[in-house]
Amino acid sequence: MNKILLIIKREYLTRVKKTSFIVMTLVGPLLIAALMIVPAWLALKDKDIQIVEVIDETGQFINQFESTETLQFDHQFMNIEKAKEEFYDTKYTSILYINSTDKNAEVEMFYKKQPGVSTIKQIENTIESAINTLELKNKFNITKDQLEQTKSSITVKTIYRDISGSEESKSSTISSVLGLAGAVMIYFFIFMYGIQVMRGVIEEKTSRIVEIIISSVKPFQLMMGKIIGIALVGLTQFILWMVLTGTIVTIAQVALNQSIDVASTPAGLEEAMQGQDIQIDKQKMLTQFSSIIEEIPIAQMLFSFLFYFLGGYLLYAALLAAIGSAVDSEADTQQFMMPVTIPLIFSFVVAQTVIENPDGAMAFWLSIFPLTSPIIMMVRIPFGVDAWELILSMVLLVLGFIGATWMAGKIYRTGILMYGKKVNYKELWKWLFYKG
Amino acid sequence: MDLLHVKRVYKSYASHTALHNVSLHIPEQSIFGLLGPNGAGKTSLIRIINQITAPDKGEVFFEKEKLSPKHISQIGYLPEERGLYKKMKVGEQALYLAQLKGMSKSEAKVKLQNWFEKFDIAPWWDKKVEELSKGMAQKVQFITTVLHEPKLLILDEPFSGFDPINTNLIKKEILELREKGSTIIFSTHNMESVEEICDSIALINRSKKILDGNVDEIKHQYRSNTYEIIFVGNMIAFSTALWTGFEILKSSTENGKTKVEVKGATPNASVNSLIGALVSQVKIISVNEHTPSMNEIFIKKVQEVMPETLEEGGDDE
Repeated sequence: MNKILLIIKREYLTRVKKTSFIVMTLVGPLLIAALMIVPAWLALKDKDIQIVEVIDETGQFINQFESTETLQFDHQFMNIEKAKEEFYDTKYTSILYINSTDKNAEVEMFYKKQPGVSTIKQIENTIESAINTLELKNKFNITKDQLEQTKSSITVKTIYRDISGSEESKSSTISSVLGLAGAVMIYFFIFMYGIQVMRGVIEEKTSRIVEIIISSVKPFQLMMGKIIGIALVGLTQFILWMVLTGTIVTIAQVALNQSIDVASTPAGLEEAMQGQDIQIDKQKMLTQFSSIIEEIPIAQMLFSFLFYFLGGYLLYAALLAAIGSAVDSEADTQQFMMPVTIPLIFSFVVAQTVIENPDGAMAFWLSIFPLTSPIIMMVRIPFGVDAWELILSMVLLVLGFIGATWMAGKIYRTGILMYGKKVNYKELWKWLFYKG
Repeated sequence: MDLLHVKRVYKSYASHTALHNVSLHIPEQSIFGLLGPNGAGKTSLIRIINQITAPDKGEVFFEKEKLSPKHISQIGYLPEERGLYKKMKVGEQALYLAQLKGMSKSEAKVKLQNWFEKFDIAPWWDKKVEELSKGMAQKVQFITTVLHEPKLLILDEPFSGFDPINTNLIKKEILELREKGSTIIFSTHNMESVEEICDSIALINRSKKILDGNVDEIKHQYRSNTYEIIFVGNMIAFSTALWTGFEILKSSTENGKTKVEVKGATPNASVNSLIGALVSQVKIISVNEHTPSMNEIFIKKVQEVMPETLEEGGDDE
C-alpha cells in the first residue's frame, strides 16, 4: 500500500510540476474568462450607433420606429433625391426610404455604414407591424390599443406525474444545458487524462525503467498508482480552473460594472428611471430562474457528476493503460484505440438526440452500458431518471470498471515486458490467461 | 551455505519452453556466473528470482525460506536493458527507486550522496536524466541497484555500455560488495569477465542447465592435455620424442625458436615423460599447459548439446 502511495505521489508531482501543466492551468481560465468577458467589454467600449434618417413619403410611419441606444431614428421631411445628395454632409449612417403602405411594399435603405442583420430585421418588423396596424384600422376599424388588449402569452409547463401520484415539474432547457455541460466535461476529462495514462505506460516501457520498478512493486500496483495519480492531476486542474475562472470573471464583472456606472452618470434622471424598470424586470427573471433551478435535482446531479466523472475515467484509463502496455510506441496504438474510443465518441455524438428524447429506448440502453453511461446518463439525469435505472447504471459502471481493471492488469503484466513483437487481438486474448 | 536455491523450476510461454527442470545452488558471498547464449532462458530465470513472474513448477528458496514478497527489499536487480525516467531529475529519481525498495527517504539521501561522490557524479544530482551521458546514466543505475545493500545482487550484463575505466570501477565495486557479504548473480555471455570475477557458474542452453560448478574445477575438468613447448633445436629431433603418446597440433619457427603445440593422444599421456624424452634432443625454453578458456568450454558444451545452437539465438529470453 505504501508503495502505491509512492507511485501516486511521483505520478502526481512530476505532472503538476511540469511547465505545460502550469501554463495550461493558468491559460485555461484566462481563455474561458476572456470568452465570457471580451464580448461584453467590447459592446461597452465601442458602441456601434446607427442613426437612420427616415424619409417617409406615406406619412404613416411617424413615431412608429422606437429608438434604442444603438439604433436611432430621425424623421426628415424632404425629398429623397435631396436627402441622398446631402447624405454625406449629415450625421446619418443610413437613409430609410418608404414610399408605399402596400403589403408587399419594397423599402429601400441607403447606407454608408453597413447596418447589421438584426437592425434590418428590426426595421422590417416595425414596418410590418405598422402596416398591419394600418390594415386593421382601415379594413376592420381596430385600433392598436384594442389589438394590444387581445394579445396573449402562453408557456406550457411540463409536469411529471409518477405512478404513486406525486407530481413534479421540470424545465427542459436549463436541464439540457446543464446535462450537456456535464457530459462535455466528462468527455474531455476521459480523453485528455486517459491518453496521458497510456502515454505514461508507453514511456515507462520504452525507457525500460519498467523492469526495475516491477522488481520492487507488483505490475498491478504500478498501473493503479499511475491511473490514480493522473486522476488527481485531472481533478487538480479541474478545480483550479473552476476557482480561477470564477475569480477572474468576478473581478472583471466588478470592474466592468464600475465603468458602466461612470459612463452612465451624466445621462440624467430619465435613464435612472428606466434603469429601475429594468431592475424590476431583472428581479422577476431571477426569481423565475431560481424556481427553475430548484426544480433540477442539484444534489443528485452533483453526486452523479462526480461518480460518472471518476467511474468513466477509471474504466477508460484501465483500458488505455492496457493498450499502452501492449505496444512499443504510440504509433502502434491505432488498431487498439479504435474500439475504445468509438463508444466514447459515439455517446458524445448522440448526446444531442438523447436530449430530445431523454426517456427513449436508446437513451435508456446507452445510459446503462458502462462504456457510454458516463456521458449519456449525465445528459439524462437533469430530466429525472428512475432510481432503479440510476442504480443499475452505477452498479454496471463499477462492475465494468472492476472487469476492465482486471483485464488490463493481466494484459499489462505481460505487455510491459514484451518488446519487438507485433501484438494482435489473439495475442492479447492469450495474455489474459497467462499464469502469474 | 546457499543463499539461493532454485529447485526444479519449469517455465513455459505460449509457444516455447523457457526453463526446463533447472536447479541451481548459489553459495553465499560468492559471485555466480549465469551463462548462456541469447534466448537460453537466463532472463526468464532472473525474472522468477525477482518475482516478476512465477514459475509454472518448482520452487525458489532464499536463505532456506520460500521466496516471497518480503525478500524483494533484499534483492537488487540491474536489468540488461536499462533505463530511467528521462524527464526526472537524477537525485529525485534515485530517491524514488530507493524508496520503492523500502528505504526511508532520509536514509536513502545520505547513502546516495556518498555513492554519488564515490562515482564522481555528485554535480549531476539536480540534472535531468536526459542530460546525462550514457555512461553516467549507467552509473546512476548501478548505484540505485546496490544502494539498499541487498543480500542478493542480480546484474544482467553489468559492463555493457561502460568504457574500460568505468568497467574497472564497477568491477572493483562488485568485488568489494562480495567482501562485504553480498552474493552476486552475474548474467552474461562475455566469458572473459566470468573467468576474472566469478567463483562458480551455471551454463544454460535451450532452457536446460547443461553445466555448473566452481570455475576452477570446471576448467580442470575440461583440461585437454594440451601443452605449448618452445625450444631451440631440430624439429626432427623433437618428433622423435613423440613416442611418449603425443601428437603435434601446430608448430612454427621464429628467430630460431620453435613453438609447438602438442596434445596427449590418450588421457594417460604424461607431459613428464615427454619432457624427459625431449631433454636430450633439444634445448627447452618453456613448457605451458594450455588450459581451456571459459569461452572454449562454453562453445564446446553448447555445440555438444545442440550443434546448430550458436548460429541461432532467440529474440526474447
